[in-house]
Amino acid sequence: MVWQVLEGLSRDSAKRLRFVPGVIYVDEGAACGQSPEDRAKTVAEMKLILQTLGFPWHFVALEEVFGLSPSVLRCSAQEPVGAVGTYKVAVDSFLQQQHTLGTERAGGSPSPAQGEEWLSPPGTQESQDPAGPPPAAQTEALSRLFGSVKTLTAKEEFLHTLRTHLILHVARTHGYSKVMTGDSCTRLAIKLMTSLALGRGAFLAWDTGFSDERHGDVVVVRPMRDHTLKEVAFYNRLFAVPSVFTPAIDTKAPEKASVHRLMEGFLLRLQAQFPSTVSTVYRTSEKLVKAPRDGCAAGPRCLLYSATAFGAQTSGFSQTQPPTPRAGAGAPTEAGGAQDRCRGAGPCGREDSRAQVIEQLCYGCRANMKDVPSLDLLPPYILAEAQLRSQRASQEIQEYLVENGAEEMQTAESRAWGHQESGARIA
Amino acid sequence: MAAPLSVEVEFGGGAELLFDGIKKHQVTLPGQEEPWDIRNLLVWIKKNLLKERPELFIQGDSVRPGILVLVNDADWELLGELDYQLQDQDNILFISTLHGG
Repeated sequence: MVWQVLEGLSRDSAKRLRFVPGVIYVDEGAACGQSPEDRAKTVAEMKLILQTLGFPWHFVALEEVFGLSPSVLRCSAQEPVGAVGTYKVAVDSFLQQQHTLGTERAGGSPSPAQGEEWLSPPGTQESQDPAGPPPAAQTEALSRLFGSVKTLTAKEEFLHTLRTHLILHVARTHGYSKVMTGDSCTRLAIKLMTSLALGRGAFLAWDTGFSDERHGDVVVVRPMRDHTLKEVAFYNRLFAVPSVFTPAIDTKAPEKASVHRLMEGFLLRLQAQFPSTVSTVYRTSEKLVKAPRDGCAAGPRCLLYSATAFGAQTSGFSQTQPPTPRAGAGAPTEAGGAQDRCRGAGPCGREDSRAQVIEQLCYGCRANMKDVPSLDLLPPYILAEAQLRSQRASQEIQEYLVENGAEEMQTAESRAWGHQESGARIA
Repeated sequence: MAAPLSVEVEFGGGAELLFDGIKKHQVTLPGQEEPWDIRNLLVWIKKNLLKERPELFIQGDSVRPGILVLVNDADWELLGELDYQLQDQDNILFISTLHGG
């Protein structure tokens, strides 16, 4: 994808792209258990390639997730600066590029899911050099976090979430309005099936569609979603696109190690015998319609996924949340999301903080959290935001409680009066 | 009776991890009764080049689905897949498109 944009921006192409991109590389070596020497080697190779591009490039290590602020989880204003015009032009140019099939695929180029680009307002031309390897404490915290997660599925999901947050953060800091990822048709088909299997069916339209506006001011687009992996691989080979390979968290994992691997194996095997499998799944994903959104605050949003958490079930977690349902009390009931909340004199202790975080997640994230034994290892921004939201929520409920109490008393009184009156009349 | 063949076997997209990280192997296939085709080549690779985890590369008779095979930069499906007969100085490229985000 980076290569294709490079071609698109060159002077002699038929229709020139009109945005200024930057490239980001996220170094996930700590989560994948790579040694520091390997990481340094990969970084050096990446730098070499990125420097030849001529775009501003950014290098972040996944450890920086521990330094994020909770505001990354909040949805900001939805009107990005001057985005609409550039977006249309970008889409047009991609559709009309004559000379290619795929491009630097997310396995040939900056490794899987790290081949990502940024659209920025013109003017930012700096290349951010990493200031040395990240602090060891953060690296260790990250390794501990990933080490404590029990299953590979949960690890992969977690990695994906953290990576997204980090990228959003960098996008917002540097003023980029869009993030382009290199997901190909095959990858998206696999992602679709995997999301269904993991209970994230509610967000399919955003996860696999062309554009994802869940995060408000930064839009995630997927321009490569029309090209299959095969096309991309051939393109890379025929046009000698430089690439760097780094092992990912599930490299060399056996087939049944995680839901992602299983689904990948399943789809690719099916594709070998029925060549239209991937394109069928892909076409189906195109038919998914996103629910209309009327502003940011349209309901409780999943803490990690930033999407309306409708359909959140609490059945699996009743042991961690002591529910005290009050009939008719003002619990905000959004579209299907009847969530029990910890009403008590105020959260205290570990149980409650875990419950605090969990009650703000969608079903898919909750299932994931089952495999994370201790929430203390989570990056601080997640815990802080969870606490903030639940405090806000309990404040809202406080108001309702007072009102309801008053109402009930009034009803009780009037009933009592009614009895007395009727009693008096009879008597 | 087939004469010994000299072919170049390349690995890309991560497949080289299974072969000690070496991307290009210049190999000389010994002479044998039947002519060399991709099927025999795979067996030979499994026996001689593959260092670990054969199930990640080979599945049954053929390569694992998700691994592309190019012969002289052409898709092997156009050439008959497993039955393509190797010529001297051919270039066989295996690209893995698996795993990753």
